[in-house]
Amino acid sequence: MKTNCSEVFALELRDVRKNFGKSEIIRGACLQIPKGERFAVIGPNGAGKTTLFNLISGRFALSSGEILLNGTSTQGLKSFEINRQGLSRSFQITNIFHRLSVYENLRCAVLWSLGYRYSFWNRLNQLRDARERADAILEQTGLTARRHTLAGALPYAEQRALEIGITVAGGAEVILLDEPTAGMSRSESDAAVELIRKVTAGKTLLMVEHDMGVVFGLADKIAVVVYGEVIACDTPERVRSNRAVQEAYLGSHVSDDTKQEQAA
Amino acid sequence: MAVTLPHASVSSAPSMSEVLPSALGGWRPLAWLGYIAVLVAAPLVFDSGASISFLSQLGCLIVFGLSFNMLLGQGGMLSFGHAVYSGLGGYVAVHVMNASAAAGSGLYVPLVLIPVVGGVAGLFFGVVLGYVPTKKAGTTFAMITMGMGELVYAFTQLFPRFFGGESGITTSRSYGSGFLGFSFGPQIQVYYLIVVWLVVCTVAMYAFTQTPLGRIANAVRDNAERAEFIGYDTRKVRYLLLIISTFFAGISGALAAINFEIVGAESVSAAHSGNGLLFTFIGGVGSFVGPILGAVAGGFLTTKLSDYTMAWQLYLGVFFILFVMYAPGGLAAIFSANWRVLRAGLFARVLPQWLSVVAASAVMLAGSIVVVELSYALAFGAQKAAAAQFLASLTPFWNAALWALGIGLLAAGGFWLMKSRKAFRNQWEQVQADMAHGSQQAPGGLA
Repeated sequence: MKTNCSEVFALELRDVRKNFGKSEIIRGACLQIPKGERFAVIGPNGAGKTTLFNLISGRFALSSGEILLNGTSTQGLKSFEINRQGLSRSFQITNIFHRLSVYENLRCAVLWSLGYRYSFWNRLNQLRDARERADAILEQTGLTARRHTLAGALPYAEQRALEIGITVAGGAEVILLDEPTAGMSRSESDAAVELIRKVTAGKTLLMVEHDMGVVFGLADKIAVVVYGEVIACDTPERVRSNRAVQEAYLGSHVSDDTKQEQAA
Repeated sequence: MAVTLPHASVSSAPSMSEVLPSALGGWRPLAWLGYIAVLVAAPLVFDSGASISFLSQLGCLIVFGLSFNMLLGQGGMLSFGHAVYSGLGGYVAVHVMNASAAAGSGLYVPLVLIPVVGGVAGLFFGVVLGYVPTKKAGTTFAMITMGMGELVYAFTQLFPRFFGGESGITTSRSYGSGFLGFSFGPQIQVYYLIVVWLVVCTVAMYAFTQTPLGRIANAVRDNAERAEFIGYDTRKVRYLLLIISTFFAGISGALAAINFEIVGAESVSAAHSGNGLLFTFIGGVGSFVGPILGAVAGGFLTTKLSDYTMAWQLYLGVFFILFVMYAPGGLAAIFSANWRVLRAGLFARVLPQWLSVVAASAVMLAGSIVVVELSYALAFGAQKAAAAQFLASLTPFWNAALWALGIGLLAAGGFWLMKSRKAFRNQWEQVQADMAHGSQQAPGGLA
């Protein structure tokens, strides 16, 4: 991995470590994500992918090391402060506002970035910019017809789409998605990939994903996490042929793909 | 258990932002007009002195319930100490009233503005006492508010000069030169003063639900973690919400002080906080109108019912349990669900089963009342309340007959309800499904 000292990355992890009690879950993870690139994080179960996300988004505090967002350390910042600095995330388990309508979910998600903060002197329905932005996200996520449906009553795939909508609605430049296609059928996950491609255009994306089809279809680079370390980070082709990765994780997938190619 | 029980049900109640607009639709302006009309006309219909006094009391209770539900319904924050803010608002109001009445105190606030004094006092104590509990959410918040309530109650005994000890602080509302010719001595004038403030508070609290902070409070209630990741400091949201609700609680305390001309320690007590919770829950925490319905129902159960029966607390308790178990959305949800079916023109389809369930419940209720009253008469004899006096004066034969009647009605009603409930539920769900189907086809048809 080559590093350019003067380059400011959208997101940079420097020797990040995290202990829970005596066990070290993240053991010196390093990662550099240039602006506008799409990274996928892969790795076996329990490798620490979601923990890594929780550290980046401020849900957990680091044990040591440093995380830089656009060149600034996020040390000591709360998750809402990190969000205000332009980083937004989704969750592995659907995390939406169940008892609000789809439209209200999205309108809530744009309020802070439009500067309405804790206002109790504005009338929501008179905020044109909030309405337009929420409508635009509704359109993008294909949920316009579901506008007035309670979020909790949506089918699973649409809840996931809504969650992606909430994540990007605030206009954050760095987007973290935690297994956005988990539990989806083939066609649903194809639609989700298209949606992610569309709403993250021009933004920096970091995504945990198990579905190799999604990973190879979407990611510019792949970071492989094994036992709390980033053991490789490269283009999909080179990760595919990386021997260490094959041994540690990808082996079966690669041979499956090769078999399929031979059969075809 | 008592903490988690209502809290868990809150999350299953429908959202505030959903119930009102969709249930009322274009009828909302009419609902507001109706609300004001009822408030204005009520003392013309119930025009006895006791009735007007009771209606005034209801007005104070409604403001208190609405401010309580700002926390519980809108923010998902279960407070066991909300009476602290209304009570302290009341105490400050009483002292300002007394200072205004005293010559040479240098302080004069006209009576019509005393509610503002109470509100500001409530808000002040919200800022001071609300900081710690709102650091936490859920059960922890509930526990801390309970502790705060006990703390403030203990203070009322520690500082008798301010709190008046056991007897409380008395005042007189007819001081100063009056307002537009009103002296506010007569109860009817006080009633309309309360109504004006009640309408102002209701409009203000409804408007608050339609602001960015009001909606974000819903978001924090539904999913605090998600709210953090759309940029909101959920602790600050809870704190601000509590401060705003304590302002209205303070107003309700001042109105009660004007109405009763006395404020005592029970106004900050856990019992009063508990009443707020009980009434609001019976009315419906998921809806803006819930606390209004709840205050009226609860006011009747506590104030009026006690004139007739000693068992009113039992009825209130049973009522509350029934609502928690079978109608967690409260009266408001029952009304709005029936209204929706009615408006969709499908009520005829559920009517037979509906009548059957209602009739069975009525029979069971009648049976329960007979049995409960007989038991109370047996235990307490001919004391105070009218029902017990009457029952204790019966001959043994009629007494036995009544017991048989009560138990018979209870059993028959219970059996009938058991039978009819299932049929009702099936039919009801069928209609609900048809309604949901109908409403989903419209946008689908466009696309």
